[in-house]
Amino acid sequence: MTAGIDLGQPQAQSVRSDEDVVRVRQLVRAVAVASKLSLVDQTKVVTAASELARNTLVYGGGGSVEVTVVENGRRKGVQIVFADSGPGIADLDLAMTDGYTSGGGLGLGLSGSRRLVDEFQIETSVETGTRITVTKWSR
Amino acid sequence: MERVPILKIGDILLVSIQLDMSDQTAVQLQEDLAERIVATGCHGVIIDITALDIVDSFVGRMLSTIASISKVLDAETVVVGMRPAVAITLVELGLSLNGIRTALNVERGMELIAAAHADELDYQLDDDPDAETATP
Amino acid sequence: MALSTEESGRFAALLSGQDERVTTRWTEIVTSSLRGRLSQAELRRQVQDLHRAIVSTGEQGIIELSADSAAELRAALSELSRGRARQGFSATETTVSIFALKDVLAELVQESGGPNALQDYVAFSKLVDEMGLFTFESFVRTRESLIADQAEQLLELSTPVVKLWEGVVAVPLVGTLDSARAQVVMERLLQTLVDTSSPYAIIDITGVPAVDTQVAQHILKTVVAARLMGADCIISGIRPQIAQTIVALGIEFGDIATKASLADALRHVLRLNGVETARRQPRRDA
Ligand SMILES: Nc1ncnc2c1ncn2[C@@H]1O[C@H](COP(=O)(O)OP(=O)(O)OP(=O)(O)O)[C@@H](O)[C@H]1O
Ligand SMILES: [Mg+2]
Repeated sequence: MTAGIDLGQPQAQSVRSDEDVVRVRQLVRAVAVASKLSLVDQTKVVTAASELARNTLVYGGGGSVEVTVVENGRRKGVQIVFADSGPGIADLDLAMTDGYTSGGGLGLGLSGSRRLVDEFQIETSVETGTRITVTKWSR
Repeated sequence: MERVPILKIGDILLVSIQLDMSDQTAVQLQEDLAERIVATGCHGVIIDITALDIVDSFVGRMLSTIASISKVLDAETVVVGMRPAVAITLVELGLSLNGIRTALNVERGMELIAAAHADELDYQLDDDPDAETATP
Repeated sequence: MALSTEESGRFAALLSGQDERVTTRWTEIVTSSLRGRLSQAELRRQVQDLHRAIVSTGEQGIIELSADSAAELRAALSELSRGRARQGFSATETTVSIFALKDVLAELVQESGGPNALQDYVAFSKLVDEMGLFTFESFVRTRESLIADQAEQLLELSTPVVKLWEGVVAVPLVGTLDSARAQVVMERLLQTLVDTSSPYAIIDITGVPAVDTQVAQHILKTVVAARLMGADCIISGIRPQIAQTIVALGIEFGDIATKASLADALRHVLRLNGVETARRQPRRDA
């Protein structure tokens, strides 16, 4: 399944159903393996991707995910962008708090995935929706 | 949608999750399991997650819910086989899996359930023939 | 920095016209710089590979080291530097093999004379400099990754996880525990629990002079992770200063079992499992 992936190019996956969330996990796993992340780091980034892709689906009303291999000097990494044109997050500080949920969740998706990656960037507004970029570097 | 099979082994229901479950599959498993506990009258459930390479908050919550439901239905749930990388990640994510009993593998899980069951049997004064002799 | 089409043509012609002589002379210079640490035949083969790569790049027109057309040349240079780095040569010894080409070129250009001689020599030299720098860079990269690999191996060696008893494994931690090492140890510990199917782990820190917040956090997280997997950890050998640090830092050890020594920890586990240990000493409990 991962054989046909050209890792020089960003890999896109739309997120319209919970089957797509599964596909996002598998895609991120393939890229993380190719970037030589350790097993624990692979697990962390795939878990973060699963959380964020589910948010894109549930709260963002669907959207897209793009996975890219990035390089800085000697290290490789995985960069993932989650984008939706949903309602945006009104109170970002609140949403990033452990345990805050507006749905029936545990409220760990955003705050927890920030701890699982090395870089976490979020842009959100009512007009343009939410765009989250995360990066995990190999050690 | 794929479905996770539930096996009945003696007095125990064994669920071995072999696929990367979609959220819907996970919810379905939760429902199927509740029905099987009632239908079979089993007192133990083992959920084997050896094959899972991640557990996120959704699956974590499903495991907690299954444990709570089975408790209400008088069955003990043990989650077994969590991989080290998965456990390390869950700790970082902040998921504590409260109320879930865990064991390293299926055998250890069976021991836990047997021990819990034996404690209960202590209060019944007649001796239960398969309490000790079940393993050949 | 690239050679123009005409320069490239002259450069390739100069090198291929007298290829036997070029490679022989080049090999001679390199051999003397390495003082016999590589065989003449081996060096000759390397020089021939480089020579071939340069000529074939030059024949395609412009020689520009960073261009796609120079991929073969770059590969030849990287291969040379990788090999030398592995064999333990210094960066200078490695790059000299490239710079030696300048001496050869000087001789050739001088002989052929011609109106462009000086200009050509300057241009060719620049290219050789670039090739030298490229070689240096890839030499350094190889060394860095070799060093990183060795550091990792050392880390693994210094963190033994031992099976103490049926169902009980222990990690006796010795020496300074930095965050990277703590992480490696803890991952190995958890994996050993799975491999040996042991529901108990003893983390003995008798040999650890100090712990900082990060390391204490790593230990705590490992204990929680082990619990998620269905195993219990006991921490033994916490020295008074470390106990003070832990309290001062406000780290919650909560309901984690701690014991004074590894032996106490083992006795505790065995007792939990209903194994009666012979008590030869009088009880020391407070
Ligand atoms: N893409 C998004 N668009 C709009 N709102 C979002 C988005 N992602 C998260 N949120 C908001 O942030 C809150 C916190 O998200 P988080 O993922 O941390 O928790 P959750 O999804 O509610 O629960 P969990 O992920 O633990 O099951 C959500 O409840 C939601 O209100
Ligand atoms: Mg979420």
